[in-house]
Amino acid sequence: MALLEIEGLTHWFGGLRAVYNFHTRIEPGEIRGLIGPNGAGKTTIFNLVTGYYRPTEGRIVFLGRDITGKRPNEIGKLGISRTFQNLRLWTHLTALENIMLAYYGQIRYGLIGAFFNTRRRQEEEARIEVEAMDLMRMLEIETYAHRVVSGLPYGIQRKVEIARALATKPKLLLLDEPTAGMSPAEMLETMEFIQFVRERFNLTIWLIEHRMKFVMNLCNWIQVLNFGEVIAEGPPDVIRDHPDVVRAYLGEMVEI
Amino acid sequence: MSISVSSTPFRRSLRSKLQALRDVPVGSWFLGAALAVLLEWYIGPALAYALGLGQIPAIFGLSLILKKPWLIPSVLLYLVLIYGLPLAVMARLSAGLIRRLEARLSTGVYVGLHLVLLFFLLWAWSSADDYRLLVIRLLAINILATMSLNIVNGWMGEFSVSVAGFMAVGAYVSSVLMVWGFVNDDVFGPPVFPPQLAPMAFPIVLVIAGAVTAFSALAVAIPSFRTRGDYLAIITLAYVFIVRSFFENMEFIGGPRGFMNQPEVAGFPMVFFWTVFGIWVMRNYVTSILGKATNAVRDNESAAEMMTINTRAVKITAFLTHAFWAGVAGGLYAHVIGYINPATFDIRRSAEILGMLYLGGLNSITGSLLGPVLFMFLSEVLRPFQLLKWLVIPVILIYAMIRRPRGLMGFQELRIPFLERRRIAREEEKLHGAAGD
Repeated sequence: MALLEIEGLTHWFGGLRAVYNFHTRIEPGEIRGLIGPNGAGKTTIFNLVTGYYRPTEGRIVFLGRDITGKRPNEIGKLGISRTFQNLRLWTHLTALENIMLAYYGQIRYGLIGAFFNTRRRQEEEARIEVEAMDLMRMLEIETYAHRVVSGLPYGIQRKVEIARALATKPKLLLLDEPTAGMSPAEMLETMEFIQFVRERFNLTIWLIEHRMKFVMNLCNWIQVLNFGEVIAEGPPDVIRDHPDVVRAYLGEMVEI
Repeated sequence: MSISVSSTPFRRSLRSKLQALRDVPVGSWFLGAALAVLLEWYIGPALAYALGLGQIPAIFGLSLILKKPWLIPSVLLYLVLIYGLPLAVMARLSAGLIRRLEARLSTGVYVGLHLVLLFFLLWAWSSADDYRLLVIRLLAINILATMSLNIVNGWMGEFSVSVAGFMAVGAYVSSVLMVWGFVNDDVFGPPVFPPQLAPMAFPIVLVIAGAVTAFSALAVAIPSFRTRGDYLAIITLAYVFIVRSFFENMEFIGGPRGFMNQPEVAGFPMVFFWTVFGIWVMRNYVTSILGKATNAVRDNESAAEMMTINTRAVKITAFLTHAFWAGVAGGLYAHVIGYINPATFDIRRSAEILGMLYLGGLNSITGSLLGPVLFMFLSEVLRPFQLLKWLVIPVILIYAMIRRPRGLMGFQELRIPFLERRRIAREEEKLHGAAGD
């Protein structure tokens, strides 16, 4: 069974067609790439899959369940998590608090526990803290646990955001431009990091990228989007030399 | 330049002195305060008479100074003799002993002991003067209301102004229940239950009043939390006016003339208990993952949603918690004063609580305590200025906002050295435990 199946996904913003008839099928364990020029509708697709927008048309099926029109927190609980193009950490909180809060969907104590600080709540939060610290240790950011995230270096903030996404125990992780604002050296490091995370947490990854080199080396299958439509798809080698892709990125040769 | 150079050694010595003061355990200060209260009890009136103050100065004599400036030396002498000296002596003498004693206590016993001490201290201090007893109870009520408002305006980062409306609902509901149940009243007739039971029933009535307030808050919460931004401010403002008109038109409970005859059930112990209990419950809430999710909603709502946080539930829970405790504060208020009318709870009261909140600091329990203390202190001290008081206080507030835009304790908590040491010890134990595995 496919992990994620999307059929005929179309989305209109008023009179603007952002996504048109998008189809895909993602199998467990893949690293899938979604590329395309600015404004092609890549992030819109992520927002549709994670429930921020309700699609105008189409069906999104995750693990055999129709998740079209569900709210993001429900979709998150089912096993899809994501990072954002521009970091969206909770800036006033420490790195550890950021990660611990992502366990919200997994806590089993209720309001009584919260108000009266019951033993059950204490035990559960202690367990979550241990788990969060383990997660940070795995990603080698545990030294920053008690620092407020807004003061951390950019690369660390990126890792905290990924750690936060992992804390919801996803099966499918969506990464929206994970290398935005990074130098080439940092980009290589991120590439290894993504590979590591995928293997360590047994994840399927779907990522949006701008940089060709990054997706070419990382992904096993790439879809190219332009004006909301898929103009090409296939393994990296095919995409690299595909005339439509070159045209979309570089423009057309014109006789003068 | 020369100023900064010459001020550095002074600052350093000041800082080291402050550090020395911080090292004195809280228990020593409490002992000093206990001694001061005893001194005031036994020789305070005589000393005050001898110094020409007439009676013991109620709030440290500051309003007396403003009225009669020539009494400044006497007031200062009184303060030094009754408060300063015992505090200084005890801080110096008992610090070592107290430190050794508290090392043997568990954290829970430490906190409990200090709360009991604080209770008796405040009670004894305020019992010396009726005015003090009134002010200290009103202060406790304001602390409760401020803390509850802080959940919505501080932790959740919304802007609600309905605290006065919530207090009104709590005040009216509890008053009606208490008068109907326990008082022989013109409107409600003879008491339904034996009046001796009133003090026992009051806590239950307060919970009911809080619950009714929270229920009425749903009417605000459901429509306004569909979006973010200014809507909540506007709707909560409307709520204050609607509540006020509602009670003004309820003729059977006095309408605009107000409602009285509340039984005397809100003595200092009752108010103190509810304030401490309320702060404890709200502290538990905002430190739990369930409650801290309000921070996530404030800092980035869309990220919160993706990270499995049910933002709608979080917002409504936080708002209803605010409403509940503001309602309880209103119920206490009605029984402390013994008379309420709709004008008591107009938008100015909301403004006052908001002033306390933003002075004390957002997202801070300490701030919710400090703000009301400072604000009420100012407002009582400046009472001789009468209406001018409302010119002076805003100026002070604005100055505070310029110097510390997040409030005096915004986003920070007071760290009590003893508890801090315990916390660090626990953390280290955890770390070693993890390493040992």
